[in-house]
Amino acid sequence: MNDLLTRELRSIESVKGPLLFVKSSSAIAYGGMVSIIMDDGQVREGQIVEASENGAVIQVFGPTERINPEKTTIRFHEEAIKLDLSPLCLGRVFSGSGEPLDGLSAPAPLLRRGVIGSAINPLRRALPRDFLQTGISSIDGLNTLVRGQKLPIFSGAGLPANEIANFIISNAGLGGEDGGFALVFAGMGITFREADFFRKAFESTGAIEHSVVYMNLADDPVIERLLTPRFALTMAEYLAFELEMHTLVVMTDMTHYCNALREISSAMEEIPGRRGYPGYMYTDLAELYERAGKIKGREGSITLVPILTMPDDDITHPIPDLTGYITEGQIVLDRDLFHKGCFPPINPMPSLSRLMNHGIGEGRTREDHRQLADQLYMLYARGIEQRRVASIIGEEGLSAMDRKYLSFAEEFERVYIGQGTLGRSIEETLTTGWRLLNLVPQSELVRIKKEMIEKYRVGEHSDGGAEKEQD
Amino acid sequence: MSGAIVMISGPTIKAGGLSDCFMGEVVRLGASQLVGEVIRLERGIATIQVYENTTGLKVGEEVSQTGKLFSVELGPGLLGRIYDGIQRPLGELAEKWGDLIERGAEADGLSKKTLWRFTPVVKPGDKIEYGFTLGTVQESKNILHKIMTPQGVTGEVSHVEEGEFPVDHTVVTLTDGAKLDMRQSWNIRNPRPRAKRLSLTVPALTGQRVIDTLFPIAEGGVAIIPGGFGSGKTMLEQTIAKFALADVVVYIGCGERGNEMADTLEELASLKDPRTGRPLMERTALIANTSNMPVAAREASIYTGVTIAEYYRDMGYNVVVLADSTSRWAEALREISSRLEEIPGEEGYPPYLASRLGAFYERAGRVSIAGREEETGSITIIGAVSPPGGDFSEPVTQSSLRMASTFWGLDSELAYQRHFPAINWHSSYSLTYRSLLKWYEDNVSQDWDETVKKTGQILQREEELYEIVQVIGADALEEKERTSLLAAQLIREGFLRQSAVHPTDSHCSIKRQEKILTLILDYIAAVERAVEQGAQVDDIIESPVTERILRIKEISEEHIEAEIRDVTAVYTASLAELIES
Repeated sequence: MNDLLTRELRSIESVKGPLLFVKSSSAIAYGGMVSIIMDDGQVREGQIVEASENGAVIQVFGPTERINPEKTTIRFHEEAIKLDLSPLCLGRVFSGSGEPLDGLSAPAPLLRRGVIGSAINPLRRALPRDFLQTGISSIDGLNTLVRGQKLPIFSGAGLPANEIANFIISNAGLGGEDGGFALVFAGMGITFREADFFRKAFESTGAIEHSVVYMNLADDPVIERLLTPRFALTMAEYLAFELEMHTLVVMTDMTHYCNALREISSAMEEIPGRRGYPGYMYTDLAELYERAGKIKGREGSITLVPILTMPDDDITHPIPDLTGYITEGQIVLDRDLFHKGCFPPINPMPSLSRLMNHGIGEGRTREDHRQLADQLYMLYARGIEQRRVASIIGEEGLSAMDRKYLSFAEEFERVYIGQGTLGRSIEETLTTGWRLLNLVPQSELVRIKKEMIEKYRVGEHSDGGAEKEQD
Repeated sequence: MSGAIVMISGPTIKAGGLSDCFMGEVVRLGASQLVGEVIRLERGIATIQVYENTTGLKVGEEVSQTGKLFSVELGPGLLGRIYDGIQRPLGELAEKWGDLIERGAEADGLSKKTLWRFTPVVKPGDKIEYGFTLGTVQESKNILHKIMTPQGVTGEVSHVEEGEFPVDHTVVTLTDGAKLDMRQSWNIRNPRPRAKRLSLTVPALTGQRVIDTLFPIAEGGVAIIPGGFGSGKTMLEQTIAKFALADVVVYIGCGERGNEMADTLEELASLKDPRTGRPLMERTALIANTSNMPVAAREASIYTGVTIAEYYRDMGYNVVVLADSTSRWAEALREISSRLEEIPGEEGYPPYLASRLGAFYERAGRVSIAGREEETGSITIIGAVSPPGGDFSEPVTQSSLRMASTFWGLDSELAYQRHFPAINWHSSYSLTYRSLLKWYEDNVSQDWDETVKKTGQILQREEELYEIVQVIGADALEEKERTSLLAAQLIREGFLRQSAVHPTDSHCSIKRQEKILTLILDYIAAVERAVEQGAQVDDIIESPVTERILRIKEISEEHIEAEIRDVTAVYTASLAELIES
């Protein structure tokens, strides 16, 4: 069936946004690649997104300007879109469609692989259980990340999500000499300023040596944005499962990706779902996110940290909502904490790591980790509750105990969450937590076993039980 | 019989030239023989839903007809295995194709290699019809698998074999020459017949206190668990899969996370059934169609699961079906509907969403078995719902509510406070509580209704006081009201909150639940008396005995009576002391 390989057509019926509608009477393969050759010799790539007896719909990767239906030729290729793979891709920067951006020539491929990817057989998945230290207390201590997990950062406009991503990258063992780690970075629809921030950051920490970077900037073709994460993940799969490296994938900004998806869907005149996003957005996002993980019998792993901007800080917006349903938790940034000058402004309340329990405890972090985290959560929740009450009735109206909760919450935000730009080891994070517990009497520590309290409590504390207050 | 592809759009394909094609017919497409099902017929054009990724398929490629409806294979060997949405065993796919699921991969639902010892029940000369037991196979230590007469077969037995055979070996021959082996196939969209539906009077116990005590579900009932992400739906489904007092559990991972499926698999494989001491996997069939596996297979997965459940029900077992999550199924339906360019209903879901959901949930029930009416079996369905943005007014939650007799509303606020299971005691309800009450009175305690009511009142009182506290602060409350707050806290922390990982707390027999609750209620009554007589609530809160009562739930079955006796003596003394001072 090689007839498709060289077949050319000159029968474009219409051009609509990034889509070409082509008339053809012979066999067209769904998902196949095409070259679009314009009258001035320029070539653009495209993919068949709908095939029928009468013709095909082609998505063009790149602008459709200057495409003249009368004078443009379509050349059909046999195969679906593929990516060249080689260990030499490490240390390189590519565009969102895989062209080198660093002035060097493209590395010679050892392997070509389709970018769509097949689902990992759930039976062959190894459960992620290796602690990955990010250096951030509110992640390591409260919502631990493990290798092979997908944990997004939900940000808002103006919140420092990129700085946090960079913090994680530089602490996750990537800057080191160890060849067992790799970073794949996919920028989708990001501004030059953001791209520049990451490029500089990678260079200054030396992470670039172990990195493959894909940059689709805000003024690059929208449709390329749909390919960028697929390139990045195909590369990550190669690094993790063939070269057996622990691979961290950072993708930013998923909101731009989803908006690109909506743009294409609407150009195809599909029936829109919630807020105009296509009904298959859940499946589409799942096909990306689910490529994270570990496979039994293979050394490497793919840890995925997608970053998205919640429009108007709305966590129920379809993009964060669908993401949260697919990923194994989320790290949520908070504007109030940010305004208080707290860095990193991670709100532990709506944040969650579903795989935390597998990655912590004796032999991984420390035996008291789970109970300590639960206790901090409980006290912080109470403190916030009291803050709400105090905002109505004033602090004087609170009982002595309630005031303790309130000051616990304040200190917790100042010291534990707001650690600044210095990373903490897991031991430092745990110790910081224990020190904060000294702010309340021991009788309040109901989520921690007695033996643990005796073994791990640090610093000076008012001994609980018969606490007497002057008022 | 074959035709040709005329249009391809994602998982939806149109084909022409098919002859004698019928709705629901299974077809094979193209060179890689992808599996599809006919879902619409219109002027000679068949619309086909394809269960695999269609990339690379070409217009003009062949579509071959099978003349069959979409069916699963039923027989010994279903338990302990893990299937995708169209009953391909993932273990065999991995052996043949490696770590990734490739297109066109094929494997039988039941292994033809395993040998099963068939012990006949019928003998030559017996007359058989649908549902009659032909013989039995010991599938696992606790599951005696009945080989039953398939649909459409009646007649007289002429020959029976006994011994160890693979599933496709003929074990019973009829006088008309019909040969029966240990398998039967069943169209997944068609419920298996039942002789009669019975009323629901026995609870399906889950080992979870908030469920079994406050919001019980009946054997044969339907419960739904709606909750935003992170509220603990999957955790609750997994916990129930582990600790439910069921004979057989069918777990359907429908469009959910791959790592979570790996977790469920690992847990079920390593854990033992607390009652029988046997590995949990022996009583479990798993359907795993993760979110990145083909969307049409996701749509089929819940039917595949419930059909397997019906098959075990028909052997006389009590089966629990856990579907996580029905919203993903509904989204698959929406995706396919939109590719068919059907007129959308609310939120883009097709207008037939409610009727499809209804038809699925109605496959639950306690029944007398078709063909063997003296025997009964049941299917209990527990469906997770993932409402977008945690908004329960959306179509899937609302359509499910109509079908469910029990509603466990998950609450993100509780989850944020790490109170699990995060079942909100104000919004949740059980419509079967009344009809189950007699069972509780006969089997647990004569005062059951009283106990549950009192618990509800204490929690309700807290809700009322909470509004006042929001305005004036807890300090301004009177001692009596502060006692009420303490009472509610004891129930929340000491009873409702349950650890999913603690070795003794993670599952709680109904007897132990009753003991813990009674102790807490007795203590509350004693505290109320003590406060009336002048004891300070603050002192009681800080008293070590309060903490000890909060930890009673961690005491094992055999030690709990002694602990309760001891703690009762201690609190009586300590409260008396507090009145004195």
